[in-house]
Amino acid sequence: MFYREAGQFKTSYSADQALLPIKQDRIGLALILVTAFVLIPMFGTSFFLSSIMIPFLVFALAAVGLNILTGFAGQLSLGTGAFMGVGAYSCYKLTTYFPDVNIIILIMASGIFSALIGVVFGLPSLRIKGLYLAITTLAAQFFLEWCFNRIGWLYNDNPSGAIEVPQRLLFGVPITGPEAIPEVRYLVILTIVAVMTLLAANVLRGRIGRSWMMIRDMDIAAELMGIRPLRAKLSAFAFSSYYCGVAGALMVFCWIGSAEVETFDINHSFLILFMVIIGGLGSLTGCFMGAAFIWVLPVLIRSVPSALGIDMLAATTEHINNIVIGCLIIFFLIVEPHGLARLWQIGKEKLRNWPYPYAN
Amino acid sequence: MTASIAKADQVGAEPASLLLDANNVSLSFGGVKAITDISFDIHKGEIRALIGPNGAGKTSMLNVINGFYHPQEGTITYKGKVRRRMKPYQAASSGIARTFQNVALFKGMSTLDNVMSGRSLKMRKGLFWQMLHVGPARAEEIANRKKVEEIIDFLEIAHIRKQPVGKLPYGLQKRVELGRAMAMEPELLLLDEPMAGMNLEEKEDMSRFIIDLNKEFGTTIALIEHDMGVVMDLADRVVVLDYGKKIADGTPAVVQADQAVIDAYLGVAH
Repeated sequence: MFYREAGQFKTSYSADQALLPIKQDRIGLALILVTAFVLIPMFGTSFFLSSIMIPFLVFALAAVGLNILTGFAGQLSLGTGAFMGVGAYSCYKLTTYFPDVNIIILIMASGIFSALIGVVFGLPSLRIKGLYLAITTLAAQFFLEWCFNRIGWLYNDNPSGAIEVPQRLLFGVPITGPEAIPEVRYLVILTIVAVMTLLAANVLRGRIGRSWMMIRDMDIAAELMGIRPLRAKLSAFAFSSYYCGVAGALMVFCWIGSAEVETFDINHSFLILFMVIIGGLGSLTGCFMGAAFIWVLPVLIRSVPSALGIDMLAATTEHINNIVIGCLIIFFLIVEPHGLARLWQIGKEKLRNWPYPYAN
Repeated sequence: MTASIAKADQVGAEPASLLLDANNVSLSFGGVKAITDISFDIHKGEIRALIGPNGAGKTSMLNVINGFYHPQEGTITYKGKVRRRMKPYQAASSGIARTFQNVALFKGMSTLDNVMSGRSLKMRKGLFWQMLHVGPARAEEIANRKKVEEIIDFLEIAHIRKQPVGKLPYGLQKRVELGRAMAMEPELLLLDEPMAGMNLEEKEDMSRFIIDLNKEFGTTIALIEHDMGVVMDLADRVVVLDYGKKIADGTPAVVQADQAVIDAYLGVAH
């Protein structure tokens, strides 16, 4: 009823190709951005910021990274956790060697190392497809985990085997380390995630994004249109791993504050993959929806018994949580196998045509 | 436009302007001989048909021309250059475009994006500009969009511009695929059964597009087709293959009268 594009005429190709061609979408996004940048830091509690919003944003960024590779370029990967680890460990090493360089620059730079490693482990994709490729990316996962464990240089030979984040300032305000307050860390992450998502959206609608989707949908035809499979696939691995690397660095530096090898184990990779599948392969909005579903929903469910005043053992809450989340995953995948983003899209289509269900 | 028609006709009749020359090409997979010692040429500006019963090696021949298969023997001379072991993307950048027997569209993308994908080689702006999507990258995108819209107009598919191609009816999918190949602005367009599975009206539409494409844009076309009525009407010259061998080559009238061709299609008493 309110969501109509009637009367919104496009008179130039640039207007037609805009990221959000429909006015209501632009208003919606503006509201979300105002909420995220102004209202949440003003009114959010410390728990809400550091246990819900910050992890949500970090996971959403990692999901964007994996979705570019799997959803847009069609290359299945199970090495996301390890690529995030590469970002985190290289950021740690960089800040050890260059303590005076701005930490934001180092976080962005650490993604480059992740991208390089991603390219190396993307090489098998030229020969291997689908599930078999997923198995070869497992090699990346296990090999890199071994590195994080056995190469003492990576964690400065810390006897505990963990990396501990030092304090770093931005404009005189601590943004990493124990002194950094949640509001500041949240705003830093939010800015990086918002900017990087916009850049990804731009790449995906241009020549490079199209070349990835061409490889995904029909690699033979793509080659005939002049796409080089080598370049397209490896650039997708590099771009995707860059995003995962930055997400990993943010995760350790602005969220948990320390990390060891278990932080980036295979379960972590699966978690991101689930977010992408539940959210919707091939959709950037879906990454945020998936991250919210997998991370935020359990936190909310856990807080239900105490909010209702029911006295329940923590373990029981956890079991109920697992049951509910499991059922919801099955429910959503049956209703719409293409994920929450597709469900959202169908809803919008229905609204556009309302009250005529079959109009097009 | 009349001038270009006249020119195209003239060029088609002139044997001196060779675009592609296949010389004694042989291709086999293990013990199976797909193509045996085939030679033929394609002139600039003509419509060249490849016909023959199923399994005659027509599609294999197209695959050789655009670099999917590398023949064991023989050479392909394209635009005066002898090619050896060329990759498909090199064929694309040298001006060879192609449609497929089974529609090979990018199913997850819209009609517009599918046709835009044909412009991949015409777009050069790197990652930096793509990420910002301002200035040169946007100008390039819009300039190519204009070209693509011309093709969309030409093929009369403006109404399905934003629809995902996976849901389109078969006839329209074939048309989008032709549009995608046209977007490459090819010098040589290979059409693998552009009218398979179409009804009469769709065939007439497609024939019209092929003729217009040839006469107005001067694109050289090599097509495989099983509908003999269409082939004989459209083609300037016809090659007939059977069991991987060339059995006839010439104008439609000559080929139709050829005894070997009649035998290949109708069978012969042993």
